[in-house]
Amino acid sequence: MAIKNKGLIGRKIGMTQVFMADGRVHPVTVVDVTPNVVVQKKSKQGKDGYTALKLGYQDVHKHEKEGTEPRWRINRPRLGVFMKAGIETPKVHLREFRLKDDAELDGIEVGQTLAASDLFNAGQFADVTGTSKGRGFTGVMKRHNFAGAKSSHGAHEYFRHGGSIGSSAWPSRVFPGIRMAGQHGNAQVTVQSLHIVEVDAERNLMLIKGAVPGPNGGIVYIRRSMKKRNATKAL
Amino acid sequence: MSNIISQIEARYIRADVPRFQPGDLVRVHVKIKEGDKERVQIFEGNIIRIAGSQARETFTVRKISHGVGVERVFPVHSPRIEKIEVVSFGKVRRAKLHYLRELRGKAARIKTKRSRNGRI
Repeated sequence: MAIKNKGLIGRKIGMTQVFMADGRVHPVTVVDVTPNVVVQKKSKQGKDGYTALKLGYQDVHKHEKEGTEPRWRINRPRLGVFMKAGIETPKVHLREFRLKDDAELDGIEVGQTLAASDLFNAGQFADVTGTSKGRGFTGVMKRHNFAGAKSSHGAHEYFRHGGSIGSSAWPSRVFPGIRMAGQHGNAQVTVQSLHIVEVDAERNLMLIKGAVPGPNGGIVYIRRSMKKRNATKAL
Repeated sequence: MSNIISQIEARYIRADVPRFQPGDLVRVHVKIKEGDKERVQIFEGNIIRIAGSQARETFTVRKISHGVGVERVFPVHSPRIEKIEVVSFGKVRRAKLHYLRELRGKAARIKTKRSRNGRI
């Protein structure tokens, strides 16, 4: 399969480390990539006007109780997406991955599964997108790495402030984009060019060097690296 | 800790690591690479700290070399360690012996125990 740009949906499991034979230790994030199912193919020629693959990850829970029909824990419109595709088990997470052109759709059928080992090999690089841990409304020191103010020399109730946000009579306003306190985290974050240390086809795991955005158990999207698309490197 | 992480770490865990605790005097046989030759160097000292768990466990060995305190942190399951010998058991009351850094000479000694849990 000429799979170049496609990505997969996975779940961050946690971090650990791997030993090299020479004693070096590398930090890695373990990502569960249970094979994604192809839910829809979008092509440039079709009515969508662009090329993409819609993938699904993680089976929806089936609610079974005696005396009632078993039901999927999913709303009707969402279920329709999977019924239309002829997929038996609906998935919780859906994500589109844009492709370069329609030729890349060749050999991929709706309903088939894509495993980590189909797309990635150890040594390649990946971009990983996730939702960063939410930190709520935070001050400028935590959010923008401001230095804060001196805690001695007569400072009074002014320790973690950001200082001045502009001049006075001119311009008589605060310029847009001045960094201030506010919501920090819980935003989409992509980390580029992460080294794939290992692809475990048996357990559907990927070991990715370094940290990946989000909490353990968070959903992440893994794509081939933009910047190091064709590069491979052994650890 | 996640079960999957334990599984991944299981392959690095060495079965030949002896049991040791903070305060013990150990001889760590470390493989050193010099050019294309490999030899074994021994680092002997007291364990002052054990941190981490599973394959990520590390221990810190402190010794006095030419009057200067030297500490090295080893991953317990590192493939660079040939073996770890426990020379003697230490009698200490704490898990982290960082206070030894402040002490010199006689004060920095650790009393040894004859046995621990019936082992000599």
